Amino acid sequence: MLTRGFFGRKRPQPHRPLPPGQYLENGFPVLSAGPTPRVDLDKWTFAIENQGARLAAWTWQEFLALPQTAITTDIHCVTKWSKLDTEWKGVTIDTLLQAAGMESRDGYVMAFCDGGYTTNLPLKDLIDGKAMVAHQYDGAPLRPEHGGPARLLVPHLYFWKSAKWVRGIRLMHADAPGFWEAYGYHMYGDPWKEQRYSYD
Amino acid sequence: MHERANRPGPWQTALVSNVIDETYRAKTLTLELPAWRPFIAGQHFDVRLTAPDGFQAQRSYSIASPPERTGAIDITVELIPEGEVSPFFHEIVRPGDRLEVRGPIGGPFTWNSNMGGPLLLLAAGSGIVPIMSILRHRAIAARRVRATLLYSSRSMHDVIYRAELDDMDASDPNAAIWHTLTRSPPDGWKGYSRRIDETMLEEVTRDLDDRGWTYVCGPASFVELTANILVDAGRRPESIRTERFGPTGR
Repeated sequence: MLTRGFFGRKRPQPHRPLPPGQYLENGFPVLSAGPTPRVDLDKWTFAIENQGARLAAWTWQEFLALPQTAITTDIHCVTKWSKLDTEWKGVTIDTLLQAAGMESRDGYVMAFCDGGYTTNLPLKDLIDGKAMVAHQYDGAPLRPEHGGPARLLVPHLYFWKSAKWVRGIRLMHADAPGFWEAYGYHMYGDPWKEQRYSYD
Repeated sequence: MHERANRPGPWQTALVSNVIDETYRAKTLTLELPAWRPFIAGQHFDVRLTAPDGFQAQRSYSIASPPERTGAIDITVELIPEGEVSPFFHEIVRPGDRLEVRGPIGGPFTWNSNMGGPLLLLAAGSGIVPIMSILRHRAIAARRVRATLLYSSRSMHDVIYRAELDDMDASDPNAAIWHTLTRSPPDGWKGYSRRIDETMLEEVTRDLDDRGWTYVCGPASFVELTANILVDAGRRPESIRTERFGPTGR
C-alpha cells in the first residue's frame, strides 16, 4: 500500500542489498530485556549439554586456548537495523563440537545465558562455519552491554538468535521456543525471508 | 507468557483519526484498527511506510493508550530531525490518512494489573510512551498499586503528557510523579535538574517497597546506567525490565 506523502529521504546507500524492511545503522544499538548481567570470568564456563548431562565444558582460559577464528559479517536486528562488515573473533561451534567429540549434526539446540535468556536454533545452522561464540568485536573485548564476555554469533539469522552472555548450548530432539520465540517471535528468524514473528 | 494478547497480528490498514501535538517535537496519533486485538501495556506496533519508488521503511512505536481502550490505539512519535521516518509523522500525516501497521508486539516490557506492585517507573525522553500506557492502565485497573515515576527530560518543553502526569500526581494518592530536567530548568524550578543518579533514585524510592517491579525505558545509555545503579543498590535483576533505543556509538 502506497503511503500518502512518503518519499523516503536521502540516506546512506548500503553497498550491498539489505534484507527486506531493514535500514542501515552505523552505530551499534543495544537491546536487552533486563539489566546487563555481572559475569565473573573465574566462574565462567561454556558448556554443551544433553539430557541434563554435560558433554563438555570449557573455563574462560580453556575457551581462549581453543583455535580462534576471525570473521567479518553483516548483522540484522529484528528491530529493523542492519550493520555491515562487523568484525568478530571467537571459537566456531564446529571447533567446540569437535573438541567435545560430538558427531551428531541433527536436531536443535537451546542456547542458554547469564541473566536467564535462551534462544532456539537448528544445530545445522550452527555448523560449517556458520556460527561462533564470539568474545571480540572490532578488535577489542566484547563489551558487557553487547553480550560480553562472550555471545553467540549466528549472523545469517536475526540478531536475537546471537544470544548475549551465552554460557552454553543444550541439545534437543525437537524444536522448542526460547525467550523471544515464546513471545511470538519467529522460531527460525531468517531476515531474508523477513521471518520476524511467529507466522511470517 | 503465552497469552494470545502477546502475538502480533498480520499487517492491517489503520485509519489515522486524530493527530495532536504533545510537545514541539512529539506528536500523538490515534490509529483506528479494523482488527484490534487485546494487548498488554508496554507493547508496541510496527508501522510500514511505502514510497512511490517501492522503498519501504518500518519502525516500531510504543503504544501510549491503555489496553482498556478497544478499537484504537495511540502512538506517540518523537521527531528525530535527521531521521528517515519521524519527519513524515511530523510534517505529513493528518487525520484521514491510512497507515499499514501490525501488532501488538513485545515481550517482558509489559505490566498487567494482576502482576501487582509497587511499580518503579524510570523514563527518559520518549521512553515515557510505553510507561504512560502502564500508568494509564494502572489508573483504570489498579489504583491501589503504588507507582512512582521518575521522568528525565531536557526541559519543561520536552515533557510529554505533562498535564496528565501533573493531574495524576495531584489527584492519586498512590501515584508519585518526579521530574528531572537535564538541560534548562525554568527559573524557580524546585525539582531535580541533573541526570538520574544514585542519590536521586534513593530519594524517590525511599518510601517504596522494593519487592515490586521496575521498568526502565529510554536511550540505551540512560537505561544501561540506571539499571546498573538499581542492581548495585540491591534490586533483584529479575524484577527490572528494560527497553532501550538508539545507538551507543559503536
